Amino acid sequence: MTLEEKQIEIVEEFEVFDDWMDKYEYIIELGKELPIISEENKTEDKLIEGCQSRVWLHYEVKDGKMQFSADSDAIITKGIIGLLIRVMNNESPETIATANLHFIADIGLQEHLSPTRANGLASMVQRLKMSALKAI
Amino acid sequence: MVEEKMKVPFDVEQIRKQFPTLSQQVYGKNLVYLDNGATSQKPQVVIDAIAKYYSEDNSNIHRGVHHLSQVATEQYENARATIQRYINAPLLEEVLFTAGTTAGINMIAFSFGETLKEGDEIIISAMEHHSNIVPWQMLCERKKCVLKVIPINQKGELKMDVFESFLSEKTKLVSVTHISNTLGTINPIKEIIDQSHQAGAKVIVDGAQSIQHMKIDVQELDCDFFIFSGHKVFGPTGVGVVYGKKEMLDILPPYQGGGDMIAKVTFEKTTYNVLPHKFEAGTPNISGGICLGTAFEFLAEQDLDAIAKHEHHLAKFAEEEIVKIEGARIIGTAQNKTSVVSFVIDGLHPFDIGTLLDKQGVAVRTGHHCTQPLMDFFEIPGTIRASFAFYNTMEEVEIFIKALKRSVEMLR
Ligand SMILES: Cc1ncc(COP(=O)(O)O)c(C=O)c1O
Repeated sequence: MTLEEKQIEIVEEFEVFDDWMDKYEYIIELGKELPIISEENKTEDKLIEGCQSRVWLHYEVKDGKMQFSADSDAIITKGIIGLLIRVMNNESPETIATANLHFIADIGLQEHLSPTRANGLASMVQRLKMSALKAI
Repeated sequence: MVEEKMKVPFDVEQIRKQFPTLSQQVYGKNLVYLDNGATSQKPQVVIDAIAKYYSEDNSNIHRGVHHLSQVATEQYENARATIQRYINAPLLEEVLFTAGTTAGINMIAFSFGETLKEGDEIIISAMEHHSNIVPWQMLCERKKCVLKVIPINQKGELKMDVFESFLSEKTKLVSVTHISNTLGTINPIKEIIDQSHQAGAKVIVDGAQSIQHMKIDVQELDCDFFIFSGHKVFGPTGVGVVYGKKEMLDILPPYQGGGDMIAKVTFEKTTYNVLPHKFEAGTPNISGGICLGTAFEFLAEQDLDAIAKHEHHLAKFAEEEIVKIEGARIIGTAQNKTSVVSFVIDGLHPFDIGTLLDKQGVAVRTGHHCTQPLMDFFEIPGTIRASFAFYNTMEEVEIFIKALKRSVEMLR
């Protein structure tokens, strides 16, 4: 599946929700399910300090593809990170560096990526892209 | 001296009608606005006054000979007089317009700071807003003064015995919040002022959270400065007030230089204007000042005792319901408290709860509320804070509690 196809898949998954709370219920489940970063990787240098919630981001490059793991102390943030990683994982650094992550806006969660949102997600996406640039 | 105006009997439904922002829906739900500690909504009279100023009276003040300038100047000075009466300041020139609490504290920190020398001591408390911490740290660095912090107990009350032990002839200034924005604690401000004065220190009261909840009489308090923001007291943003005793304002040097604050400027020497203009350099927020006056006229008509009872009732009910939730803990359980309810729920992040409440139409604040040292003291990353105003209803508290329970269930 291409990065674009993965985005479309997520958008379709979210189309069944017409209520905000159902949408968040789903994001929370994603957040709860994902053991997305190992404790030894939750180090200071991988921490992205938001004003309210904190995010850790770890990455590796294997066979030219990027592997991300991440975590947050807030579960909604964690659920959204889960979605981001699903889209970005196993992609080449080039693809990630130039990716247009429209699915977040498409499913109505743009507010979470606003730099003023104070949850560290905007900085996380930035750091994701930076790490891809470094790996090119 | 204070005029006794006819008070309107308190009726929350009548009050709500005057605040248009309250009757809207967010995400398809009726808005329940419980973030009054951050800023208050505005009554129609204030909104109308803003529109009137810009559509009819806009002009620069204290400068023009023309008609509009005189109209605007008169309104601006009338607003000052309204505020003077409201807080019972002895003199008109003791009421200075600023941009807000932060601007006011920085102004006094600078000007008062100019009179300090190495080793002088300034006292603040552990529950201060960052805007009553950082300006003093900056000053202490600049002037090599010493900052002392009154500790608090687990309930969120000041340790007054420690405060007393801090006071000495080295203490020059005590700057304390009247009410904590995070905990709701009402501090024994009169006691603090009297004891500080006995030690020869001056007192600044951060009134950002008290002016909208209780009658403030600066003569009765006898504080040297009382500072607040307009936007938290039903007025516009970008305007605030510093009340300062004339004897203090006379001896302090001006803060900013520019237009309006001068008597005569030559390149050799500039002399300063009289109070209050000495501290009001440049074109001020004219509309803000005038409409803050409107907000105080509105407030002066309200029955503050009935309002305090109503707000207390709301907060008490909310607290009783919150503690029934498993793992919930109220942060700030002082004896003497205003209508602020801060809490945490074990294992759940305030950010998650705030996000889910928002989607159910309930506006609260989550995070550290600009009081990070306080969060460190309680060893928590932040709280969820519901802060009530007189236009909130019991029904809204019920909606909030129901939404909170639903959020907790979803997150567990
Ligand atoms: C106790 C206290 N002091 C100071 C401030 C700062 O006020 P402003 O941001 O309006 O300058 C606030 C506002 O949150 C406050 O609650």
